[in-house]
Amino acid sequence: MIRLDNLTKVFDTPKGAVTAADHISMEVPSGEICILLGPSGCGKTTTLKMINRIIRPTSGKVFINGEDTTSLDTQDLRRSIGYVIQQIGLFPNMTIEENITVVPKLLGWDKAKYKERAREMMRMIALEPDAFLKRYPSELSGGQQQRIGVARALAADPPVMLMDEPFGAIDPINRAVIQDEFLKMQQELKKTIMFVSHDIDEAIKMGDRIAIFRAGKLVQYSEPDELLAAPKNEFVESFLGEDRALKRLNLVKVRDLASDEIGLVRPDDTLETALQRIDDYGYQTSIVMVNAKRQPVGIINAAVARTTKGHCRDHFQSVPVVVNLDDDLRKVASLMFSNDMTWVPCVDDDGRIVGQITQRAITHHLGSRYRAHSGAGEASPSSSASEE
Amino acid sequence: MELFQYALDNLELLLTRTVEHISLVGVAVGIATLTGVPIGIAITKNERAAQIVLYIASIIVTIPSIALFGIMIPILSLIGQGIGYLPAVIAVLLYSQLPIIRNTYTAINNVDPALREAARGIGMSPNQRLRMVEIPLAVPVIMAGVRTAVVLNIGVMAIAAYIGAGGLGTFISRGISQSDPRQLIIGAVAVSVLAIIVDYSLLALQKRLTPKGMERAAATA
Repeated sequence: MIRLDNLTKVFDTPKGAVTAADHISMEVPSGEICILLGPSGCGKTTTLKMINRIIRPTSGKVFINGEDTTSLDTQDLRRSIGYVIQQIGLFPNMTIEENITVVPKLLGWDKAKYKERAREMMRMIALEPDAFLKRYPSELSGGQQQRIGVARALAADPPVMLMDEPFGAIDPINRAVIQDEFLKMQQELKKTIMFVSHDIDEAIKMGDRIAIFRAGKLVQYSEPDELLAAPKNEFVESFLGEDRALKRLNLVKVRDLASDEIGLVRPDDTLETALQRIDDYGYQTSIVMVNAKRQPVGIINAAVARTTKGHCRDHFQSVPVVVNLDDDLRKVASLMFSNDMTWVPCVDDDGRIVGQITQRAITHHLGSRYRAHSGAGEASPSSSASEE
Repeated sequence: MELFQYALDNLELLLTRTVEHISLVGVAVGIATLTGVPIGIAITKNERAAQIVLYIASIIVTIPSIALFGIMIPILSLIGQGIGYLPAVIAVLLYSQLPIIRNTYTAINNVDPALREAARGIGMSPNQRLRMVEIPLAVPVIMAGVRTAVVLNIGVMAIAAYIGAGGLGTFISRGISQSDPRQLIIGAVAVSVLAIIVDYSLLALQKRLTPKGMERAAATA
């Protein structure tokens, strides 16, 4: 757990005192990723760097796992916190192995232990130890270097990590890959992480919580869905962008909105029965046919059922699309739009039909959170998004 | 041809003088490295001090060597060393300070701020940062400063023959006083060749001392 208590930094500049961080108080629960988000110069980086005293706080305190860090020796404090920076900062005079083991060495681990740890870290970041440990940073690609940067920060297994725009300098494709890898690692490692970003999409993807900063002040500190559903003021609203409702689609899983009511037909049912069910369930165009294991094998078109006699098994077409319970709504919405459907069958990991998700359920979900949070119902026109 | 014959006839003396010359410059620049590098590192902590130190070192280099020897004669005479080995070494020591201090200062100051922040952020003390990161990265540039000092002072040391320090300069000074072009040319050529050979040897040493991972970085830079 990281707790900031009225953390303040005032810089003396030739133009007078500038308050870069103004009485920041917040708490990151253990095992969660907290994204510090805001335009440049908003105080997010200053706040982050006060935690490991790269920037010395003017006033206020930092608690890590309940312990006031003020009394700790600066070097000891930093060695107990993983630190990843945008510029990566691998030491070019050291091999990959030496870079990764630098903190364990500073902490006085014995050689066999830190060498083994280096191999373990390489496996964790999915780079072949034998191929990379003896090489130098200049021989690696940017994405590989940042993976090593993360490995170096994690080598001494610190409970807390600080990451300053760690993936900011990596190209978009690699960035997405590294983000996914990192999230996967985090599921096992459960570190408490403070993560600076200026990218709202990254924040939504990576963050368990998001703290929005503006002009040195913490404006809003919420979980991503809460933040998108209920921005506290116009600044937050404009920073999140006008498409923030769509961004929420990333955060909701099919599982959360799927209804287990779904009309199905069996291959042995007659087309008449199929037509009846299409009407009963309010499907306008078609119904899904499943086999004995409830796996979807085809769909029966209403138009066909209306004009033809016979059994479903002889008159079905292929299933255009199904979604898994763990897919997010963004994928569902995309499939609905591209296939001109208002509902999509949902399957579990074994491919068995377990329900359906409808367009109405999605819009209702997004809308209900808005209705719950918007006050008297007057829709204020959102101001144009301010770019950095 | 006559010149070549002369050089062969005096080969032993030529070698003795060369060794003398190298040892004079070697001792002086060696001591200068031991003082200049720590001074160069120390002044990175304080910009004002850096300006003053670099200014003084620059002024010293502008003093003509003949004048410097002249100044030292009365001072060092107090301990009976007015001429000879000691003033020659001191002069070279002083002249070497500027390239060595300046290169050290520049190299340490130019270490990528991101590396410095990474080093601080993972918990290295200021001394560990110097030892593990800053100095290894600065070595190539510091070595370039040492090379400059050595080449510069192989020339200066030739003049030290006039205050009886020995070295290859003795051929030149005798060549002039005895109107013997053979000695003059042998001395001048030997000094130049020595400077070139030493420069290349030190360049090879510099490459050896450059941290491995930086070779490629330096090549692509």
